[in-house]
Parts: sequence; C-alpha cells; structure tokens
Amino acid sequence: MKNDLKTASQSELEQLSGGDMLVRSLQAEGVEYVFGYPGGAVLHIYDALFRQEVIKHFLVRHEQAATHMADGYARATGRPGVVLVTSGPGATNAITGIATAYMDSIPMVVISGQVQSHLIGTDSFQETDMVGISRPIVKHSFLVKRAVDIPATIKKAFYLANSGRPGPVVVDIPKDITNPADLHPFEYPDEVSIRSYNPVTRGHSGQIKKAVTMLLGAERPVIYSGGGVIQGEGAGLLTALVKRLGYPITSTLMGLGAFPSTDPQFLGMLGMHGTVEANNAMHHCDVLLAVGARFDDRVTNTISKFCPYAKIVHIDVDPTSISKNVAVDVPIVGPVISVLTEMLGLIDLETKAQGEHNAKHLADWWAQIEGWRGQECLAYESNTSVIKPQQAVQAVYQATGGGAYVSSDVGQHQMFAALYYPFDWPRQWINSGGLGTMGFGLPAAMGVQVAFPDAQVVCITGEGSIQMNIQELSTCRQYELPVKIINLNNGALGMVRQWQDMQYEGRHSHSYMDSLPDFKALAEAYGHVGIKITKPEELLPGLEAAFALKDQLVFVDIEVDPNEHVYPMHVAPNGSMRDMWLKKGIRT
Amino acid sequence: MRRIISILLENEAGALSRVIGLFAQRNYNIESLTVAPTDDVSLSRLTLTTSASDVEVEQITKQLNKLIEVVKLADLTDGEHVERELMLLKVKASGAQRAEVKRVADIFRGQIIDVTASTYAIQLSGTTEKLDAFINALSESVVLEVVRTGVTGLSRGEKVLAL
Ligand SMILES: Cc1ncc(C[n+]2csc(CCOP(=O)(O)OP(=O)(O)O)c2C)c(N)n1
Ligand SMILES: [Mg+2]
Repeated sequence: MKNDLKTASQSELEQLSGGDMLVRSLQAEGVEYVFGYPGGAVLHIYDALFRQEVIKHFLVRHEQAATHMADGYARATGRPGVVLVTSGPGATNAITGIATAYMDSIPMVVISGQVQSHLIGTDSFQETDMVGISRPIVKHSFLVKRAVDIPATIKKAFYLANSGRPGPVVVDIPKDITNPADLHPFEYPDEVSIRSYNPVTRGHSGQIKKAVTMLLGAERPVIYSGGGVIQGEGAGLLTALVKRLGYPITSTLMGLGAFPSTDPQFLGMLGMHGTVEANNAMHHCDVLLAVGARFDDRVTNTISKFCPYAKIVHIDVDPTSISKNVAVDVPIVGPVISVLTEMLGLIDLETKAQGEHNAKHLADWWAQIEGWRGQECLAYESNTSVIKPQQAVQAVYQATGGGAYVSSDVGQHQMFAALYYPFDWPRQWINSGGLGTMGFGLPAAMGVQVAFPDAQVVCITGEGSIQMNIQELSTCRQYELPVKIINLNNGALGMVRQWQDMQYEGRHSHSYMDSLPDFKALAEAYGHVGIKITKPEELLPGLEAAFALKDQLVFVDIEVDPNEHVYPMHVAPNGSMRDMWLKKGIRT
Repeated sequence: MRRIISILLENEAGALSRVIGLFAQRNYNIESLTVAPTDDVSLSRLTLTTSASDVEVEQITKQLNKLIEVVKLADLTDGEHVERELMLLKVKASGAQRAEVKRVADIFRGQIIDVTASTYAIQLSGTTEKLDAFINALSESVVLEVVRTGVTGLSRGEKVLAL
C-alpha cells in the first residue's frame, strides 16, 4: 500500500470510495449528463450515481446509442459528452460510437468498467481488452490501476478530449478500484499538465503573413472550410473574414453552418455530392484557403487532378492533417481562432497600405461563378403523384423556419439534407461525416434534445438507417425527448442502390429492404405519434402538424420516390473535382 | 529510404503498443525495433528503422509526435549519426571449420563468448551492413542460429535527444 504514508493535510481530506471519487470528479468537471448502461463491472459506479443528484444519467437501450447521444450532445454544445458502459459486451457495443466521434474529432469521455484487477488476462467473465480494442480509434486511453489515481486521470481525460484537436478518450476502470469498502482521500486537481502534450496555441506569424499576402494577391480565390472551424469555435471569425474579403466560400459536409448557407457568398457544399459552382470554383481557383478541413477523398476526387492551378494555404490545429493528402504551399498549424484573428488584423493593415488591388479580377471571378451557379444543379423535377426526397427536405426547412437542429443518418437522405436544408449557424447540422455511421441520427438527435430541451430537433433518416438504432424510441419515451423523425422512406438502401445503378448496371444486390415495419404503428407501439405521408399535397400540412406537437416525439414516415439519385456526383475513378454527373446519364 | 527514428517514450504500460499499433494501423513498416528504459526511469528510448519516402516519413514522425506518450523524437538519418547493432551467432565449429570460423570472426572483430566441442557462440557489433557482411563471409552451412538486436543510434556532435 503506497498510500499508507498520509501527510497531515491528506488526512483532513474527505475519504471516498473509488466509485464516489469518480462521480465527484465528473461533477468537478461540470458534467451534467451521463449516457450509459449498467452491468456488473460498473455497479459500484452506478450506486455512486444513485446517491447524488448533480449528474443526470440517461439509460439507453443499446450502448452504441449512448455514445451517439453523448456525441450529439458534444456536437451541439462543444462540451465533452460522457458515456458509462460496463466491461465486455458493454464496451464493445460502444466501439462504433467511439470510432464515429474519433473520425469527426468530437470531444468525448468514455468510462468503461473492467473486470477486477486480479482477473485481467484470465479470460474471465465479460472481460475484453478495452484499451487494446479501442486503441486505434481514441485520442488517448487510460487503464486505472489505483483508486487514488481516479481524480488525476479524469482531469487528464477531459483535458485531452477537449483541447488541441478534440477526440474521444477511454478510461477503463477495473471493478475493485471502485469498491465501496475501500476509502481514499479525495482531492480534485485544479490544474493538469502533461509533459508530452502541448497543443499549439497560435500560428506562426511569418506563415500567416505569407498567407495574407497570397490571399490579397489572388485573382480567383476560394475559401474551403471544414468541421474544424466549428469545433474550434471559429465560425464567427471565418464569417467576418469571408465578408471582409468578399471571396466565395464553400464547405465540407462537416463544416456546414460555419458560414451561413443562405448568404450569396456561399457556393454550397463541395466534394462528391457538391454543387457545380463549388466544385468548379475549387478546380479553377488560383488561391485556396483551407480552414479546418482535411482534404478527405470524398472532397478531392482524384488527388493528382485536385486544384491544378492553386496555391494552397492550410490552417489546421493538427500538424498531421497538413500535407497528408495534398501538399500545401503555406501550412499554418494553430487554433482557428488565433490564426483568423491575426489574419483579419493583417488584412486591414495591408489593404490600408495598398488598397483593394484585386477588385477587377474578383468581379470577373464572381461573374464566372455566377455562370456555374446559373446551371442550377440542384433543380429537380417534381410531380403531383410522388414525393421527391429533395422536396421533403425543403418542406422540413419550411415547416421549421430553418431554425431546427438537424441530425441525419447515412445515405441519400443525408446528402439531400445537406444540400436542401440550408444551415445558417454552427452546430446546427449534426452528422457523421468521417465514419459515415448508419444508426447515428436518432441517438445523436436525442443528445441534442437533452442539451437543448426547448429546441426543435429533427432527425432526417432513411428506413435502412433508422432501424439500426430504432430501439431508442423507448429511451425517448422514458425521458420525453420530443425529437421529430423524418423518415425518407424509399424502401431501399438508396445510396447503395444508386452506386449499383451507376457502376453495376443496375444489379441491386441486397440493397432492397423487404418486409419493412409499419413505422407509424411502430412509433405508436412505443408510445409516440406516427404519421404516414404518401402524397405531395399532404407533405407540408403533415409536417406542420408534426412540428406543432411540441412536446411529443413524432415519427413522420414519408414515402418518397425510390428511383431518385443524388446529384451532382463526382465522376470516378480518375475524375477531377469538376467532373460530375448532373442527372441520370448526363455529365459535365 | 531507410530511416532511423529515435523516440523518448513515457515508460508506461501500453505506450509501446501505441507506437507499434500506429505503424500497423497506418500501413507503415517497421524493419527493426529496440526499446529499453533510459537513465531517467520515467522514460524509455525506442529506436526503430523503417523505409519511407520523405513525404511518408514526415507523416510518420508527425503521427508519432501526436501520440500522447511520445515525449520527443528525432529522425537520426536527417543528420550525421552513429548507429550500431549487436548480433549473437551460434556456429558449427568442428574439424577444419573451427579454425576458419575463428579467423573470420577475428577479421570482423567478433568475440567468441561461448565454446563447446562442436560450436562457438560469437558476438559482433557494428552497422547493419557489417553484420550482414559477416554472415555472408561465413559459409551457410556453419551458421546454426542468428539473433540481432536491431539498430540503435545517436546523432553526432552536440545534438542530444533528451528532456
Ligand atoms: C453501419 C453502416 N453499414 C453500412 C453502411 C453502408 N451504407 C451507406 S448508405 C447505405 C444505405 C442507407 O440506406 P437508408 O438509410 O435507407 O438511406 P437512403 O440511402 O435510402 O436514403 C448503406 C448500407 C453504412 N454507412 N453504415
Ligand atoms: Mg432508404
């Protein structure tokens, strides 16, 4: 027992069990909510939760949903989401949600129970090597070996999860460590420092200066913003920069909302399903400013054909993001807030000295962009007999006045949501961009609703995705979470089917969903309201009726055209960003 | 190009598996790896060799630096450095071979560290190429067993990798 030698001050400290220390540590971090599911290895912790009232626990129906709820909460608030699961199957069920958070750099702290220390390594009941299994999908992880280490470990976990490039942190705690019979002095540390972890606090001034010169000298500039702008709380500054320069801006799927989508300077989303104007502007630009984006393959199309004429400035808080996929000319490693603040200051200085010397070029560039925009790539044909999915999303926009938090799952409905619901504020759009996790939408929306009980929260989903976490309708009932579920029901794994249409001559190998449930009846069975909409004229009234039920979860099952494809779509393989399919059989 | 990356790592359970896991996860290769605690017991020093292009090695070092337990690292092949590897061999040493093996070992400044009536154990240190050359100089039929530590090294001159 290393801790027998107590100093005088230590003996005055409160004596707590490991379980109580953990809960008190979470309280000290300001945690309001924990999303979890109990089991043998965490029963001491659950007992400690029972004996306090500061932290509210949400009991899900599957641990994956706990992680997505915590994730949705984190995406909407910027605060780390907290998950509590038991060892073995509890821990493995959490893996998909941890990977989802990791890919999108979402701050999360996952506490997993572990078998008793002396049983570790013996293949004991419900034992799994959580630290090992989660290793490639966490920012960091801890196996707590002594109860006295709990406060410092939790402090570190929150610090790591929510600083630098955020991400999930796993804290694995063997059951004996939380034993209520063993008491230890409790003191929560005020400060934390980790000698090997020092996230950058500002960008290199020389590089920032170079970037500003390059930007001001640009003839065909484009700003390309990503999820990092939202995570780094840089949306306001980015908007100021874009307004100040008058340059066009496009966004990744993850970055939507950082700059208002309804602003004329916004070209729409870029990438695989990006707009004609955004993808062409990228292809033809001479200076590209990438902020908090990582040149993902869903953005760039064929790397060797990416932005052939551009000098590239790249701002990112994570040095590994820089020149990983695309070599850049001016890398700036730093938090988006400090870098953009510095840039704005320099832009004012430089333009005062030299005037706005590229006004003519900029006007020509905008004229060219307006030409692309004039192609109206998002136009679609509607009719009176069948609801188009695009139309359904637009009706949701109308019924919510554009003011809802919108989560989505993965598939065509996700792309339609991204393209047809203009997001005007950061954190409004909650979506699994990196991992592309079907089953994310509903629990994520629930997490948002927990954070903002009075807000309108919509989950735009598909009949495939919703069934991956449909059991959470029960959780929604228990905690009265009035999420509005908009099921764009095309009776198929639509996105898979679209690829099969385009690349496999329409052979729909297992992309068809036979024997779908009656979703209206299903929602009702869970104690919610279900609405089924099949005709275009019912669309808006049906949605308005659903949104009028403020305090209830409404499952709106909308029968949409099963043959619709998402366009534009990058031509692949070997296409550049401007090579797109515009309609069935028609390409640029 | 062959690289020697030298890392100061927190001497904690699980730290090594993160380094190795990173290589597997990101499809980088490890050719050799040596690791042991340093004079500061809170730190391990790990030396690994890999072959990678300049672009790849930039990613590898950045990704390694991102691991929370990596305290500091250097690519020794960036500058002048010294490197050594230790090898132990067991060879047949009977009849006429006995004298011949000893003669070759002497030329390479190997030391015989164990002797039986029919075998020698030989210790040799040097660069990887030197150890390779020694093995090649012995006829294949005499070599019974080879064990090598992998490369370790230091940069030359004033430069040090320390806290
Ligand atoms: C967990 C998981 N499994 C498989 C996939 C591959 N996938 C991507 S989209 C999609 C179809 C989704 O169908 P649905 O939810 O009905 O949406 P739709 O495309 O029809 O709008 C599939 C199977 C995935 N993204 N996630
Ligand atoms: Mg579908």
